[in-house]
Amino acid sequence: MHFAFTDDQKMLRDTVREVLQRECAPDVVRAVWEGRPESATSVWDTLAETGVVGMTASEASGGMGMSELDLLLPLEEIGYAAFPGPIVDTVAVGIPLLEAAGTDEQKERWLGPAAAGEVRVAVAFEDQDIVADAGAADLLIAQRGGAGYCVPISDVSVTPEQSVDRARALGRVSFETSPQNRMRDDVDMHALFSLSQERAALATAAQLIGLCRRMLDMAVQYAKDREQFGKPIGAQQAVKHRLANALIEQEFARPLVYRAGWSMSTSARDADVAVSLAKIYAGQAARFVAKEALQVHGAIGYTIECDLHMWMKRAWALAAAHGDAAYHRERIGRHIL
Amino acid sequence: MDLDFTDTEAAFRKECRVWLEANVPKEPLPSGDTREGFAQHLAWEHQLFDAGWAAVSWPKKYGGREASLFEWLIFEEEYYRIGAPSRVTQNGIFLLAPTLFEFGTDEQKERTLRPMARGDVTWGQAWSEPNAGSDLASLKSTARRVDGGWRLSGQKTWSTRAAFCDMAYGLFRTDPDQTRHRGLTYFMFPLHTDGVTVRGVDRLDGDEGFAEIFLEDVFVPDSDIIGEVHQGWKVAMATTSSERGLSLRSPGRFMATATRLIDLYHRYRDRSDPVLRDQVIQAWMDAQAYRWFTFQTVTRMMQGESIGPDSSMNKVFWSEMDVRTHETALELIGESSELDVGCESAVDAGHWMKGFQFALAGPIYAGTNEIQRNIISERVLGLPRK
Repeated sequence: MHFAFTDDQKMLRDTVREVLQRECAPDVVRAVWEGRPESATSVWDTLAETGVVGMTASEASGGMGMSELDLLLPLEEIGYAAFPGPIVDTVAVGIPLLEAAGTDEQKERWLGPAAAGEVRVAVAFEDQDIVADAGAADLLIAQRGGAGYCVPISDVSVTPEQSVDRARALGRVSFETSPQNRMRDDVDMHALFSLSQERAALATAAQLIGLCRRMLDMAVQYAKDREQFGKPIGAQQAVKHRLANALIEQEFARPLVYRAGWSMSTSARDADVAVSLAKIYAGQAARFVAKEALQVHGAIGYTIECDLHMWMKRAWALAAAHGDAAYHRERIGRHIL
Repeated sequence: MDLDFTDTEAAFRKECRVWLEANVPKEPLPSGDTREGFAQHLAWEHQLFDAGWAAVSWPKKYGGREASLFEWLIFEEEYYRIGAPSRVTQNGIFLLAPTLFEFGTDEQKERTLRPMARGDVTWGQAWSEPNAGSDLASLKSTARRVDGGWRLSGQKTWSTRAAFCDMAYGLFRTDPDQTRHRGLTYFMFPLHTDGVTVRGVDRLDGDEGFAEIFLEDVFVPDSDIIGEVHQGWKVAMATTSSERGLSLRSPGRFMATATRLIDLYHRYRDRSDPVLRDQVIQAWMDAQAYRWFTFQTVTRMMQGESIGPDSSMNKVFWSEMDVRTHETALELIGESSELDVGCESAVDAGHWMKGFQFALAGPIYAGTNEIQRNIISERVLGLPRK
């Protein structure tokens, strides 16, 4: 038993952290919110240069061949920055799907460019027609009638839909299935999409941890700076205890996310239960921290002038995405009861 | 990262399990917080020690196995899984001993550790005073310098099982000119000697698990001071950090409680509803969360990191989880949950109501959770003290 990340994993985290700190300040997220998605393009390009976008692609495809576990810390940083863009769909889900089930032609056309950050991928699971970042993607991978499809976004009808998180670029997608865009049939697509759903849930949980950390940092800073009654509000026990509770929620969710990453990357037998635990705790922690951070900010937190709202809204969206608490709790219930 | 147990760890688990299955009393012992139960628990402690299981992580020369922290956690998981007796030696083995290992002299360790682990000499803590609870540094008990030692006077309270113990440890003011954290010294002292009166106090559940200790000019030799004279606060804080951290409540205990709750749920699911069902699942998940959090913490410790104020998060989490888990059990049992230990019709011999009352102490002892949250916010998050 050894529950810690390697130095390499931490170095990659630090690289991503530095890039995002430098290039993805809150005003970048705000610009995307205000309808200027191109503001985040250069951040995506820098992330691609660091190799993060190609992390999961095989070395033959220009990637690093990294596992679910390796992805977690970079994704946490992406959550911390509330970076807008289909990074989860591209890196955690799309590229591995392409690699496992793309036809030779599809791989030839999309895989290398996706790993290089030139192609962004959105993923639509069976029965899912509202997709995050559909508007910002170049390629849609979708599961329809059990089969996989790999569709250039130019062949997809995308109708914008409003998310509470305006930077999510939600879109309703529809397309004509055809033999040309159909993925391979000689792999178990049911199993592959199930695995992809686990990956999406795990990657979302990792982002939620990052969102927690940022909201808590904002609230702690605010509690230190804001003075009332002649002293910082953070000196008041009632405020302190809210923030202590927020930290506890966050810190107990974190190891569950890391453990789920390890379980998936080693194909552990109970990986599905581990992912469900991770998603529940990360989602609940993020919603809790959001609530406490808002309360500590008071009225300013209740405006869209304060950056906090962009993180809260991402947290609400992601807590419900890829299986909310009720869905994952039921999976666990079936396992233990 | 490798979250599988090593072959050595797996073999250790097997060895624990085999011994415990062969030796744990088939019938549960009476409460260790009563005089009669305490004696029976001591017999069990002798048996544990003689087989080398009383303090697995200790050096072999003191009766341990030099087990790693992970192996200790494994032992605890197995110990509580099988429902072995509660550890009446706990205040010695898990609270005083870590302090002795850090600050004690060789002579003190030679003299105290083996009898402590075997239960031949039992230890109670003597931290709180009537007017020094959360504000421990305001304590009033004193130690006066005399030839060859000190004379202790004052009053200590909420001393767990001190009514049955042989020895105790606590802080006394050795420098009357200093205030608060300065000028305190950490003493070990006997409970059966001239000048000591111990009065048992019945806890919430009616067991005599608490005691008050009155001291009047009680002689203690210099050799029973741990650490330097006047440096007792620093020494004591090392103990409180292990108390809040892992050593007091390892995950195995809560995993076992969650497993018993699931068993209870299966027996009472007819009167369950989706809300209770979710609470049962939550209890199991919380125990898992605590387990993985602990594995992460122990890895940090084994890499030489000091956990420090992070241990307060631990204490808040397990103590509040334990209350919730027991509340869920009582709701499942329903009307008959009031039936207490001793009532033949009581579900699981009244164990859940008793456990509930014990769980309610968790957010209070070892530093109230309000104090823990102050520590977390000030020393982990860096919020201003005033």
